[in-house]
Amino acid sequence: MNGTTHGFLASFEYLDSTVDTIEGLRKAGFKEIRVYTPYPEHHIEAALGYGQSPVRVFTLVGGLTGTATGFALTSWTSIDWALVVGGKPQVSIPPYIVIAFELTVLFGALATVIGLFINARIPDFKPSMIYDPEFSAGRYGVYVAVPAERADEARRIIEKQEPNEIREGAEADHA
Amino acid sequence: MATTASAERVRRGALTHPDVERLGQVNEDIVKILSRPGKGWWTLFLLSGAGVVLFWGSWIHQLILGIGASGLNIPVGWGVYITSFVFWVGIAHSGTLISAILFLFRAPWRQAVYRAAEAMTVFAVMTAGLFPLIHLGRAWHAYWLFPYPNSRFLWPNFKSPLIWDVFAVTTYFTVSAVFFFLGTVPDIAAARDGTTGLRKKFYSIISLGWRGTDRQWHHFGKAYIFLAALATPLVLSVHSVVSWDFAMAIVPGWHSTIFAPYFVAGAIYSGVAMVITLLVPMRKAWGLEKYLTAKHFDALAKLCLLTGMIVFYSYLVEFFLAWYGADVVERASIYNRMFGTYWWASWIMLTCNGFVPQLLWFKRIRYSIPALWVISIFVNIGMWFERYVIVVTSLHHEYEPFAWGIYRPSHTEMGILIGSFCWFFFWFLLFTRILPPVAISELKEVMPAPLRHRSGEAHS
Repeated sequence: MNGTTHGFLASFEYLDSTVDTIEGLRKAGFKEIRVYTPYPEHHIEAALGYGQSPVRVFTLVGGLTGTATGFALTSWTSIDWALVVGGKPQVSIPPYIVIAFELTVLFGALATVIGLFINARIPDFKPSMIYDPEFSAGRYGVYVAVPAERADEARRIIEKQEPNEIREGAEADHA
Repeated sequence: MATTASAERVRRGALTHPDVERLGQVNEDIVKILSRPGKGWWTLFLLSGAGVVLFWGSWIHQLILGIGASGLNIPVGWGVYITSFVFWVGIAHSGTLISAILFLFRAPWRQAVYRAAEAMTVFAVMTAGLFPLIHLGRAWHAYWLFPYPNSRFLWPNFKSPLIWDVFAVTTYFTVSAVFFFLGTVPDIAAARDGTTGLRKKFYSIISLGWRGTDRQWHHFGKAYIFLAALATPLVLSVHSVVSWDFAMAIVPGWHSTIFAPYFVAGAIYSGVAMVITLLVPMRKAWGLEKYLTAKHFDALAKLCLLTGMIVFYSYLVEFFLAWYGADVVERASIYNRMFGTYWWASWIMLTCNGFVPQLLWFKRIRYSIPALWVISIFVNIGMWFERYVIVVTSLHHEYEPFAWGIYRPSHTEMGILIGSFCWFFFWFLLFTRILPPVAISELKEVMPAPLRHRSGEAHS
């Protein structure tokens, strides 16, 4: 029996039942919990104990790369072909701020998207059994993977909150 | 706990969408829109399709014949094309304002209107971006504007506002398209779960496998905030850069420091008007009264009034500075604007943008949807003429009297102008049938969460 896991997918109509289930499962020491919500719900994030998202690092690095690229591109091309324009210095910072600013935003935004894709693991086209179309409509879903010997305990915690539906599977797939 | 009638009214008053009962109801109502289109949609779609043919036909005609097919000449080298470019970029701006700036300000009425506004942004920039190419004449040389290593070791002139514009508009298009698409992904997933067959397959692919898991929402929320924070200064910068295309030149009527804020306010003003123009028929056609309530239109009207007053104030400042300043040429230019050859354009601008929208001070007008729709069309017309006035009347009456001249748009230019509206509506109509035109998941954020123990507060 060693290594066999059991998966429960419960579907809830109410937010407080969902949050109580998550808290109950976490208190009992079940760590492999995945929650589905039709909209971002901060009570659930709080119940799962989320910290800072690393996406912000991507944004910062992308933005700073953009700033540096903007100034480097404009200054270097001005020096590369030394042509005096409008009697201004070869490298004029004020007009180059505009380019640097635009590239900051461009690179920052694209890096944010890359950061999101990496961290949220999308795009993901593998079909998943652990899902219900109701989760994008009006139901909250809680999936928990537990060792087979503790399956009854997990089921009790979930059933206490009166889910609308509870599905049970012998294995946990990674979706 | 029993609620009295007045307590019930208070509860409803605090809700953004009091008539939407359940979370799942939003999906049913919005995904329904994506089903088979009716006769009205097809009529509009075919009409705008015909306009798209007119648009490309006129442009091809100009490409074959040369820029002489337009009425552009010395001294008026910028005409309908640049006017329309500025107009369409301006239209785009309020979409980003609603989706990004009001998101950061947590405005509760934003959710119901933002998807359509953001789509409008993307399609308006798509339309605007074509005008510089049309205006170039030899459009196949457009890539010269980008810094790429070439055999002559030449680089673009980064001290020129026209190059700033290239960077500003391409960045704006990219970022707003990405922002729009990412924001739609959870709703595409909702559409996937609510449809069958080929449509389901299509939505499965473009939803990128979104399942609304805690991990996805967690990072999505953060990414969305950062994108909004980046888009906010971007939207202000883009129209400032567009205004510098003019203000950096020494042409009287252009060379002015108020241009950047004046243009940004004008952009948002015209864009909000366009949002109203688009939302009113959408609401009617699909019975979205529950989602787009009179309160939403009131908020849009107030935004319109605020930006409209900034624009009107800017007009008055321009007149005042011309009168108060010592620059004879500037004074002559402004006088010519109001009473010269193009007096009619200036007075259309003042009437549509300055006088008519004063009606929005009245609450009864703000709550009357037909009245708002009519006013929004006035503003759309007025804002196009504002740009026409700025571009054409300034150029036709510069310093030397012998260099003054008259510009008359040609049929080709009018074909492209009318066609550009059709091109915009063509994409917008397609959008309303392919992507959920109202933000499904974000609407649920402003709805009360369903609780089993109703008496208590939500868990924290």
